[in-house]
Amino acid sequence: MGEFRVLEIKQSVFADNDRRADEVRSELKKKKVFLLNLMSSPGSGKTTTLTRTIEHLKDEFRIGVMEADIDSDVDAQTISSLGVKAIQLHTGGMCHLDADMTAQGLAGLETGDVDLAILENVGNLVCPAEFDTGAVKNAMILSVPEGDDKPLKYPLMFSICDVVLINKIDVLPYFDFDMDKCREGILMRNPNAKIIPISARTGEGIEEWTGWLRDEVKKWQQ
Amino acid sequence: MHEIGVVFYVIRDVKKVAEENNVEQVETVTLEIGEVSGVVHELLIDCFNWAVKKEPIMEHAKLQIETIKAVTFCEDCKQEYETVKYAKICPHCQSENTYLLRGNEFNIKEIGVT
Repeated sequence: MGEFRVLEIKQSVFADNDRRADEVRSELKKKKVFLLNLMSSPGSGKTTTLTRTIEHLKDEFRIGVMEADIDSDVDAQTISSLGVKAIQLHTGGMCHLDADMTAQGLAGLETGDVDLAILENVGNLVCPAEFDTGAVKNAMILSVPEGDDKPLKYPLMFSICDVVLINKIDVLPYFDFDMDKCREGILMRNPNAKIIPISARTGEGIEEWTGWLRDEVKKWQQ
Repeated sequence: MHEIGVVFYVIRDVKKVAEENNVEQVETVTLEIGEVSGVVHELLIDCFNWAVKKEPIMEHAKLQIETIKAVTFCEDCKQEYETVKYAKICPHCQSENTYLLRGNEFNIKEIGVT
């Protein structure tokens, strides 16, 4: 048995992932593929919002969707019934996707045929915020029933998002959700966040959201 | 949080260093964890002890954790303060224009090997 010695490593566990994420982004830039990372808690209406988004944009862009879940493929089935390419990524128990898993998913989507790739991250407001997936933009959905205090409880998630969709505004009359307080909480964490109230069910606000997304995809492809 | 996920990253990185340095056995792994990184130490240790059993090169490795105190900087009065005590609002001037200087690290500091 050898002698005991100490090897200095001094390495951030997240640094590796950040490097990989930058590689994924520059690869996407070359291929002119825009990757959106969509995050939220479970049940906020991610898949319904995605369905609306696809209906609005599928004639303009070739869209591909990656559904990340711990298990099952119910979401991928819903999305592929809209006529766009959808693949299911299983994280195998992990609570988030990292840049490596995203790269594997993009390979599975065959991004040569896609302008807009959307990653539906695992439903969770904590872990996905810690790991850069290599996405061009981060979006999150907060739904009215979850409450207006979420920006204070999950600061990191709100601070890394480029756009926050406040979903289910059609049920606002039934909840004591204070929209101004919610906006204030988000902007305190992230003064640059774009906030768009929507209802994926009625379609309200979807024009503004898809307008934002359309502009961002075109900017990226220039 | 994602203790099991970060444990897999730690094992991957430690194994790489161990292989590059012709290590026989990894005895200790020392992490530096920021006070507000959100990592639950007890969970992390449990996950680590479970996961290393499958890795012959580090199956007996012990996890050691060093805490990095969280410090926030106020851009208005240019002073520092303890994050855990005062969070986002500066205790010196009540400003919200503050940012975290350190405290959300998750670093592998060193490993003890034979």
